[in-house]
Amino acid sequence: MIEAKIHFFPKEPLVALVGNPNSGKTSLFNLLTGGKQKVANYAGVTIERKEGKLNLGNHSLRILDLPGVYSLYPRSLDEEITCNVLLGRATGEKKPDLVLCVLDATNLRRSLRLVLAVKRMGLPCIVVVNMMDIANKRGIEIDLSQLEQELHMPIVESIGIQTKGDKAVREKLISYDFKTYFSTLNSTTDESDHQPIEVDNIVVQAILQRMGLDKVMADPISDRFDRILLHPVLGLIILFSVLFFIFQAVFSWAEYPKEIIEAGTDFLSKFIANLIPEGWLQSLLVHGIIAGLGGVLVFLPQILILFFFILLLEESGYLPRAAYLLDRLMGSVGLSGRSFIPLLSSFACAIPGIMATRTISNARDRLVTILIAPLMTCSARLPVYALLIGAFIPARKIAFGIELQGFVLFALYGVGILGAMVVAWLLKKILSSQKAFHPLMMELPNYHMPSCKNIAIGLWQRTIIFLQRVGGTILLLTIALWFLASYPNPPLGAIGPAIEYSYAGILGKALAVVFAPIGFNWEISIALVPGLAAREVVVSSLATVYAIAGQASSAEEALTPILQQGWSLATALSLLVWFVFAPQCLSTIAVVKRETGGYKIPMIMLTYLFSLAYLASFITYQFALYFGLG
Amino acid sequence: MRLDQLSINVTQRVKKVNPFTLMPEIEHQLAEIGFIPGEKVTVLRKNFFGGDPLMIRIGLSTFALRKQEAELIEVEDLQDND
Repeated sequence: MIEAKIHFFPKEPLVALVGNPNSGKTSLFNLLTGGKQKVANYAGVTIERKEGKLNLGNHSLRILDLPGVYSLYPRSLDEEITCNVLLGRATGEKKPDLVLCVLDATNLRRSLRLVLAVKRMGLPCIVVVNMMDIANKRGIEIDLSQLEQELHMPIVESIGIQTKGDKAVREKLISYDFKTYFSTLNSTTDESDHQPIEVDNIVVQAILQRMGLDKVMADPISDRFDRILLHPVLGLIILFSVLFFIFQAVFSWAEYPKEIIEAGTDFLSKFIANLIPEGWLQSLLVHGIIAGLGGVLVFLPQILILFFFILLLEESGYLPRAAYLLDRLMGSVGLSGRSFIPLLSSFACAIPGIMATRTISNARDRLVTILIAPLMTCSARLPVYALLIGAFIPARKIAFGIELQGFVLFALYGVGILGAMVVAWLLKKILSSQKAFHPLMMELPNYHMPSCKNIAIGLWQRTIIFLQRVGGTILLLTIALWFLASYPNPPLGAIGPAIEYSYAGILGKALAVVFAPIGFNWEISIALVPGLAAREVVVSSLATVYAIAGQASSAEEALTPILQQGWSLATALSLLVWFVFAPQCLSTIAVVKRETGGYKIPMIMLTYLFSLAYLASFITYQFALYFGLG
Repeated sequence: MRLDQLSINVTQRVKKVNPFTLMPEIEHQLAEIGFIPGEKVTVLRKNFFGGDPLMIRIGLSTFALRKQEAELIEVEDLQDND
C-alpha cells in the first residue's frame, strides 16, 4: 500500500525568486522580506532553503529564494531543486503561484536565456530587471516597455542594494491579482525536453539587437581591479595580506565585547550563588550551566568578526578571485579550483562543505575533497584556539606591529591547510586515475559594493545558529557532564578533590593513560569525549570540570588563569595541534557516511585523522619538552 | 583554432564546442555558461608560461577555465556584423 502524504500549506500565495547566480537575487530577497526569514534545508537534500514573509498591508506573501541557476536543465542538484519547485514536484512545497524572474541588467544576454526557459514552464511570471543603477551608471539604457512587448511578460525594475530599491516590485505585487491566474495554471511543459540553448540564444540576440543593446561591453571597472587583484604575484601578496589582517582583527577587535560577556557571566553566577542555597541545584546552575555556556558564549564576538570578513569578501565578489589565484596550487596537488568553494565553506563548518562537494563532477576529486575538508579549521574550533592562545600566547607585538596572538591563529589555520595539501598529494599518488579531467568553470562576477543590510542579515543568521547550538547540544552535554563530574559523591575520608571520585574522574583517568604521551592530563581527556558531539563543548567541559574541581569561591573565575597555572606550555601547544587535525565531530562523520553511501570512507577518515592528530601532537609535545617548555 | 591557443585580448567568436568522451556533460555545461556558437570570446589573462587557469570573457560574463576545458572550444574570426 502506498501511503499518500498530505501537506498543509499556509494559505498565503507563494512567490518564488528565480535567477542566474550573482544576479542580486538574494539582495532583493533580503529587501522584500527584511529580517523575517527562515533558513532550513530542502526535504531529503541539504540545499539551503530560504523563505521569508512579505507584508503588503492588507495581505502577505510567502517569498521563496531558489538556488541561482544558469538554465533550467536539471543537471546539478541546485538546478534540480529549482526545476522541481517550479514544476510543483518538490516534496513539502506547493507549486509557486507566481515566479519573479530576476535579471541582471548589466548582463541581459545571459539572463534572458533563463527568462525564456521559465516562460516555457507556463507559470505566471513577472520579470524583475535588477541592478538598474549599475546599468545606468555604465550607460546601458534599457527600454522596459519595449522589453515588455518583446517578451509579452510584465516587467519591473529594481535596485537590490538600495533601501526602497524594491518599491516597484512591491507595487506590482500589491496590484497583482493572484486569483485570476489560478485558472490558467495548466500548461506544464517539462523542461527536460527543452529547446537547445542555441535556439534560445538566437531569439535573445534578436531581441537585444532590436533594443540596441547587442553592443554592450563588459564592466571596465572590474577589469581594472582584476589587473591588480588577479596579478600572479601582486594578487597573491594582496590575498595573503587580507587573510593575515582578518586573523589579526579576530583577536584585537574582540577584546572589548569579550570583557562585557565575561562580566555578565560573572555577575549572573554570583547573583545565582547568593539567591539559591548551596546544594546540587546551585552547583548545577553555577558550575554546570553558567560556567559551561558562558565559557562558549564568550567566543561569539570572535566568530562574528571572522564571518563579517567572510561575508564582506563574498559580497564584494572577491572570493572566486581567491579561488582563481589558488587554482594553480590546488592543481599541483591534483585538485581543481572547484574544490576551493567546498573547502572554504568548511572553514565555517565541514558539513555544508562536504555537501557542497556535490558540484565536483570528478568522483576522485570529490572523494579527496571530502577527506580533506575536516582539516580546514571549522568555526567550532575557534573557541578552543582562542581560549588556548589567549591563555598561553603572550599578547605582545612581534615585528612590524603584528600581534603575536593573531599570528599564531593564522599559523594554526595555515598548518591545517598545509596538512590538507599533503594529504591530497598523497591521495593523488594512491588513487591516480588514467586520464584525470578537473574542470574549473567558475564565474568571476563583477565587483560590487557590499551592502550593509546583506551583511547584517548574514551575521544575524550566524548568531542565531550559534545561540541555537549553545542552547541545544552544548547545554545538554554540559548538564550531562556536570552530572558525571558530580556523582557519585566521594567516599568518607577521601583526601583528593571530590571530582576525582566521580564517573567523569574515573573515565578521565583511564583515558589519560592513552593521552599521557602527548601531554594531556585527565581533565583534558574527559573534556575530549563530549567534544566529539560539538567541538566548542571542549571549552564548556573544561570550564565545568575545573569549576567543580575547584573551590566554590573560585567557581566564577574565568577559565584562563586556571589553565595558565595548571598546564604547561607543552600541553597547551600539543592540544592546539591536536585540534588542527583532531577527528571530526559525530555529525560530520554521519554526513560523510550519507554522502559516500557507506561506512568505509568515514572509517578511513576517522582512522587517518586520529593517527595524524596523535602523531602531530606527540611530536609537538616531545619537542616542547626537549626545549624545556614542560 | 582552439580557445587555449588564442592570444590575450584578441576577441573571436565561438565556432563550436567539441564533446569530451570521458565527461559527456561538460559540453552542455559549457553551453549553459555561454559557450554557444556565435558568442564573442576573449582570453583576458593567462597564468605564468601560459598556464592554468585562464580568465575568459564570454559574452558579458567572466569565467575561469582550465586549459583542458578551453581545448574543447573552437574559435573563429569575427564576422562583419559582429
